[in-house]
Amino acid sequence: MSAPARAAGRPPLQARSVARRRLVNTAITSAAWLAAAIGIFVMGWIVYTVFTRGIGAWNLAFFTQLPPVGNDPGGGLANCIIGTLVITFGAALVGLPLGFFGAIYLSEFGRAGRVATGIRAVTNIVLGVPSIIAGMFAYALLVLPRHHFSGFSASVALAFIMLPVMTRTAEDILNLVPNELRESALAMGAPRWKATLGVVVKAARGGLITGAILAVVRVAGETAPLLFTALSSQYWMGGLKGYIGGPTPNLTKTIFDLSQQPYSHLVQLAWGGALLIIVAVLGVNVVTRLLFQRGKEW
Amino acid sequence: MSTVEAELPTQGGGAGAEAHVRRHHFSFGDPLFRWFTIICAATVALAMFLLIGVLVKNSWFAIHVLKLKPLTTVAYNPSSNQYGALSSLFGTFVTTLIAMVIAVPLALAIALLLVELVHPLVSRVVGTAVEMLAAVPSIIFGMWGIFVVGPLMGNHIEPWIQSTPLGRLPLFSGSPIGVDVLTAGVVLSLMILPFITAVSRDVLKMVPTVVKEAGYGMGSTTYEVMSKISMRYALSGIAGAVFLGLGRALGETMAVAMVIGGNTITIPHSLFQNGTSVSATLALRFGEASSKLETSSLIELALILFAITMVFQVVAQLWLARARRMTGNRA
Repeated sequence: MSAPARAAGRPPLQARSVARRRLVNTAITSAAWLAAAIGIFVMGWIVYTVFTRGIGAWNLAFFTQLPPVGNDPGGGLANCIIGTLVITFGAALVGLPLGFFGAIYLSEFGRAGRVATGIRAVTNIVLGVPSIIAGMFAYALLVLPRHHFSGFSASVALAFIMLPVMTRTAEDILNLVPNELRESALAMGAPRWKATLGVVVKAARGGLITGAILAVVRVAGETAPLLFTALSSQYWMGGLKGYIGGPTPNLTKTIFDLSQQPYSHLVQLAWGGALLIIVAVLGVNVVTRLLFQRGKEW
Repeated sequence: MSTVEAELPTQGGGAGAEAHVRRHHFSFGDPLFRWFTIICAATVALAMFLLIGVLVKNSWFAIHVLKLKPLTTVAYNPSSNQYGALSSLFGTFVTTLIAMVIAVPLALAIALLLVELVHPLVSRVVGTAVEMLAAVPSIIFGMWGIFVVGPLMGNHIEPWIQSTPLGRLPLFSGSPIGVDVLTAGVVLSLMILPFITAVSRDVLKMVPTVVKEAGYGMGSTTYEVMSKISMRYALSGIAGAVFLGLGRALGETMAVAMVIGGNTITIPHSLFQNGTSVSATLALRFGEASSKLETSSLIELALILFAITMVFQVVAQLWLARARRMTGNRA
């Protein structure tokens, strides 16, 4: 880094006009502020739109009744709310434990080894699989051979999306646990599994819970994977049998169908559903982030 | 270890015996736990191979019957057994291109703001607000796109573009309807913005402070440090971020399907016309597929989309891995 480093043919910085350099700097800085303002404005605009158009649909019927038949007035999305909860819960039941233990392998056992590096690379790639492809996968795997749609196949599609999200998040969080904790646990004579589950996981539990919640919320608002799996339904889900054996009502696909209707009260019902989703997704995001950030300072 | 064991009995037979029993038990538990976690971790890879296998198996019929015809056909007409993929592929690439042209400069500018210009506290608030955009589900973007952005584009922005000299280009011809390729690209750009921003921010943060301080010490402005030092240092990481956003844009479904007017499967002559994308065609046509050949050909289309996004994902991961190696950061 001595004088010859500058001998690269170009004129030194001082040779350019200071005023022009300052002007360029101010322009770029302002552009950066403008870009951030656009991002925040769009975020606010979407929330505002959904809120003002959807709040009118929220009444007792919205949360307790079935969707209207044809273009009848009234009705609600109660069956869809239950259906979405069940489908998401089913996905979490498979996706979260697999992702959690997979992350333990990557961060505690595999580390920088060849197997772990390979699995990590595949996980990163699966993270980028479009959600409609996940839906197509579940369709071809479960719907086509059994000749009927089901909420269960939708859960499988969502679990496929959730799994890599959970794995990568949990691994990042487990990596934050200092090595001294692992060493002390092992020095005390604890076996590896006990040191991992009782000490490392316990130390990271706040972050792991946050990661799990965010992974679940992320798939709860998905629509594309449900198009050819859960489909949608006008009726109540009909218990476990309905979930495994037939089209299952759900919020997102119903919102999609309602928003294509020419009747304004049906479109308003769709906005009501959209409001419910955005309140749940953003609410959970904000709350868990706040809790987690406070946890980090401890 | 053996010396400790040898000494244990002198401290009391009971404790020693217990420790011995435990060690025996644990030596069995650890490999079991390890294998269990390996199996869980490998599930992702297994699922990925299963996905490829299932898609190939189910599109085999179409591949066998139609050969390479879909890749050279524009028309999509099930009644005459024409299942052209060109219109869909064209729409996917055009919407993705529009989205990238808008999103990349915006994302880089926001990343610059977050890393260099503002107080860390402000940076966290602004960063979270932009990240929240990534949490908004695709269907919400779709509804906002069709009921708010579409009319705005059709009634104001697109007529305005046509009134400027740009309007003479064939690209901007036709009567503005708002439900078109341009609107889809604009909505798409806002959806991928947070992804590119977040990854570029993380990559720019990895640039060592010493290197930047050296630049400031030489009298450089913030922009000069950013463009001549940070950006070059983090170039491979930013390339990774861009490819990551590209992969997302290629596969994004609901918002595009709702805004692009995907029921007309043609190659549009102008950005102000209806079009379709691969994902939109899948979302809108698959449920109504009437024959085995149509279903199979749509699964083939899904396979093509999968292959394209995989290529960009792999490229993105390679660039990001390179960036991590260069800055000496562990995965």
